[in-house]
Formats: sequence, C-alpha cells, structure tokens
Amino acid sequence: MTEILGLSLLEAGYLVASVTFILGLKMLSSPDKARKGNLIAGYGMGLAIVVTLLFKEELSSDKWLNYTLIIAGLLIGTLIGMRMAVKVKMTAMPQMVSFFNGMGGACAAVISIVEFNHVQHGAAVDTGMMVVIVLGLIIGSVSFAGSMVAYGKLEGKVADKALPAGQMINILLLLAILVVGALMVASAEPQPNLLYILLAISLMYGVLFVMPIGGADMPVVISLLNSFTGVAAAFGGFLYGNQAMLTGGILVGSAGTILTVLMCTAMNRSLTNVIIGSFGGGGSAVRGDGVQGNIKEITATDAAILMAYASKVSVVPGYGLAVAQAQHTVHNLEKLLADKGVDMTYAIHPVAGRMPGHMNVLLAEADVPYPKLLEMEAANDDMSNTDVVLVIGANDVVNPAAENDPSSPIYGMPIVDVLKAKHVIVMKRSMGKGYAGIENELFFHEKNSMLFGDAKDSLEKLISEIKAL
Amino acid sequence: MENLLTLFYEHREFIFLIIVSIFLGIEVISNVPAVLHTPLMSGANAIHGVVIIGSIIIMLQADPENYLALILGFLAVILGTLNVVGGFVVTNRMLEMFKKKEK
Repeated sequence: MTEILGLSLLEAGYLVASVTFILGLKMLSSPDKARKGNLIAGYGMGLAIVVTLLFKEELSSDKWLNYTLIIAGLLIGTLIGMRMAVKVKMTAMPQMVSFFNGMGGACAAVISIVEFNHVQHGAAVDTGMMVVIVLGLIIGSVSFAGSMVAYGKLEGKVADKALPAGQMINILLLLAILVVGALMVASAEPQPNLLYILLAISLMYGVLFVMPIGGADMPVVISLLNSFTGVAAAFGGFLYGNQAMLTGGILVGSAGTILTVLMCTAMNRSLTNVIIGSFGGGGSAVRGDGVQGNIKEITATDAAILMAYASKVSVVPGYGLAVAQAQHTVHNLEKLLADKGVDMTYAIHPVAGRMPGHMNVLLAEADVPYPKLLEMEAANDDMSNTDVVLVIGANDVVNPAAENDPSSPIYGMPIVDVLKAKHVIVMKRSMGKGYAGIENELFFHEKNSMLFGDAKDSLEKLISEIKAL
Repeated sequence: MENLLTLFYEHREFIFLIIVSIFLGIEVISNVPAVLHTPLMSGANAIHGVVIIGSIIIMLQADPENYLALILGFLAVILGTLNVVGGFVVTNRMLEMFKKKEK
C-alpha cells in the first residue's frame, strides 16, 4: 500500500508538473499573464524536484552521502543561480540566458556519461538505451559548448573567428560525430574510449559551430541552442521513463525550433545557412568596396530644433542603446518631447539588439509605456507621416541594402523604412560597420545626418538643448 | 534492427507522447507577439532545466561506493539547479518590468 502510494504521488507530481509547463509556456505568450505563467511553471518544477527526492527511490540509510550531495548541490546551484540572475544587468540578459542554457546542456551531457558508466559496470547493454545515451551526450555537449561561446561573444570576451575551411571542418566534424556515435551503439561491449572521443568532438563542434557566426545571427543561435538543450533533456526523460522530463524537454525543443524558424524568416535566412555558419564571419560574402559618398554631420543644437518642432518623431533603437545604457535617457527625451506636444514612438525591429524582443525588454525597464513600442510593420505604415527618425545605435536593421542590393548578405531582410520619413538622424559612435560587417548606404543619403558620440551623451545633450529652446 | 523495433515497441507510449508534445509546443507559442520573444525564450530555457530530475535520479540510484558517479552526479545537480533557478529568476525579472509599466 505505502509503496503504491509513493509511486502514485510521484507520477501525479510529474503529471501536474507537465501541465504547469504547458500552461506556463502558453501564458508566457500573452503580456498580462506572462509573469504568472513563469511562476506557475516554476512551482511545477519545484514540485517535480520534491516528489523525485521523496518518492523515486526507497530511502535507505546507507545512501546518506548521496542525499547530502543532492541537497548540497541544490543549495549551491540555487545560491549561485540566484546571485547571478539578480545581479545581471538588463543589457546582459541575452548572454545570461545563453549561460544558463549551457548549464542545462552540460547537465544532460553529464547524465549520459554517468549512465554510460553504469552500463560499463554491469548494467545490461541495450541498443535502445545506448542510442539514447549517445544522443543525449552529443546534443548536450554541443549545446553546452555552443552556449558558452555565444555567452563569451556577447560578453565581448570571444571574437568572431572563422577558420579558413570552416564549413568543411564543421561538416567533417558532424560526420565524425555520426560515425563514432554509430560505432558506440553498434559495439557489443561498452567502449569508454569512444565515449571520450565523442565527447571531445561534440564539444569541438559546438565551439566551431558558433565561432564564425556574427552578431546578427546570435539571437537565432541562442534560440536554436535552447531547443537543443530541450531535446537533450527529453532524451534524459526517455532514459528514465520520466514523463515530466520528456514533456518539458520536447515542449521546449519544438517551441524553441518554431521560435528559431520565426526569427530566421524575419531575417530572410534559411536555418541551414545559419547552422553551417557563414554569415558575418569570414567576410567571403561581404563586399569589400562598400558605398562611398559624403556624410553630413549635425550638431546636437540643430537636431534638438528639428525634433522640438516636429509633430511626430520615431526612434529606432539598436544594440548601441543597450551598450550605452541609454534606455532611461531616451525615455526622458520622450517625456520632454511629449510636454512640447511632440508624439514620439519607438520602431522595434524584430531582430534589433542581440535577441528577439531585446529592445522591448530594455525599454520596458525604463518604464516606456507599452503602446509607444510599435512593431516594425506598424512603424513602417506610419513612417511617411513621421518628421524625424532618430536611429540610436542600430545599423543593419535600417540598411537599405536589404531592399535594393541583391549581393548584400542581408538582402531580403525586412528593414525599418526610415527613408520614408522627412529627416533621419543617425546616432553612432563612429563610422564603424554594423554587426553584420557591411556598409550602410543610409549614412550617405541626402535625407540623413549623423550625430556622432556615445548614445547616452548625445541624448543628454539633446535633452538639455531642447530644454534650453 | 530487431533491437530498434523492440525499442520502438517498448516505448510506444513515450513516442506517442513525444509526437503529441511536439505539436503542442508549436501550437502553444505560435501566437506570441515579438515583444515577448525574449521572456519566452528565457522561460523555455528555465523549463528545460527539468533535466535536473535526471541528475537527482542518478544520485538516488548511484552506489554509495561509486565515487565517480557521485562526483559527476553532484556536478550535474549543481548545473541543473543553475539552469532552473537562474532561468526562472531571470525570466521573472524581465517580466516584472512589463508588469510595472502596465499600471
């Protein structure tokens, strides 16, 4: 009776947890329920952990070391995780997500290693189980290595680098992974050496796969790695016959894949192209000549006059806004202009920044009202009635080459159509190229003027100039 | 071949669950507005932290004499907890800001 009670509670706990994951994801897709959804999924996770601890195995006194280590691990992980998550700045969110994603991938890979160790120490070798162990190891370690590289790149610690024959090497590594994996599954005896080789090449593939990918693709890559980890978690679920792991993992795997595809579509790139990794790295596809012409500079005073006497101003934010931590300043500018009767809105490109929705999160932090944030299509419809467009630290998402230069690597990506407005002011630190590494002919356009300087400084100057008017 | 067929047959219910979950995942997020892409990604990231259950199971089943398994399992528990706790807290922080601004 007691045994069946425990087992039933265990499975009931997993069932409830699975439902909370589905509800949580569902609620995360609507602005007013999102926070509750996240909490619900969190409680579900807590429940799954507790029932596993209590009811999965019969408690026995000679396993005191195991229990101590579990509790210690939970405590250490919670302390470090909380600390990192609470301390991280809003601008560094993308790399934080990537980091935590890597941790999940590593966890899945370690689980596979331990299970392999069990097989080695006598557990029967079952082909099916071996397939699952091998796949969990491969996907988990690719996800871990890739996420860490993505983290390093967004943190500015790792540079974009492409090996000369990068694509070839990546394909060879993939083949090697398949061959070694197949050998492990096919061999009658467990092969620890093959396991280590597989681990090594999977990690290497993870690194080399993300290494050449430029920042424009970083959101796509993080989303893809996120769904990888989901799949790796699901393999764990398969291994233990655990429904909570299975549903949680697969849900994330499929939802993450769809999100990835949505993002690829927004950038007009195919997923294969991103995976093989060519864009923005080697520069092979990037034209060397660039656009030439004269650029016009504008002073903060002139820009202030232009904006203060406009009736409609649109701001196109980009990564530069995040780097300069200028979200509060731009909100102050918006309030100041509102006092002067100027309507200022924000045109949010789906891939502006380093993650989808990055700009929304950033501006939300500064309390910018929700209706002021226009999605790209809505913003473009409004553009011809706009007097001044202020581009703050964005580049590729306003590059007209995406519309009129078929040789450009970003050709076909929808852009914020700033040239439909009467005036464009681009705030930039220098004439440097955007993250995709290509020239922007917008800068040389007659409608455009450049306001050089750090986004925050320039915005503060603009504010004081407008106040002085 | 027969092994694989056995695998399929023995786990038919799980395979069924996997296929249904795939469609569910697609369905559940297909209408998400771009504003919520980052929190959604982050929330999904926290949910795949469910892999922690696997690491706890490892530890519960490990032979107390098998130190390699214990050490690796301990590491896995820490990694999984980081994923879960960090994931949910970061997502909550992002969403908190959305909430404030609605008032």
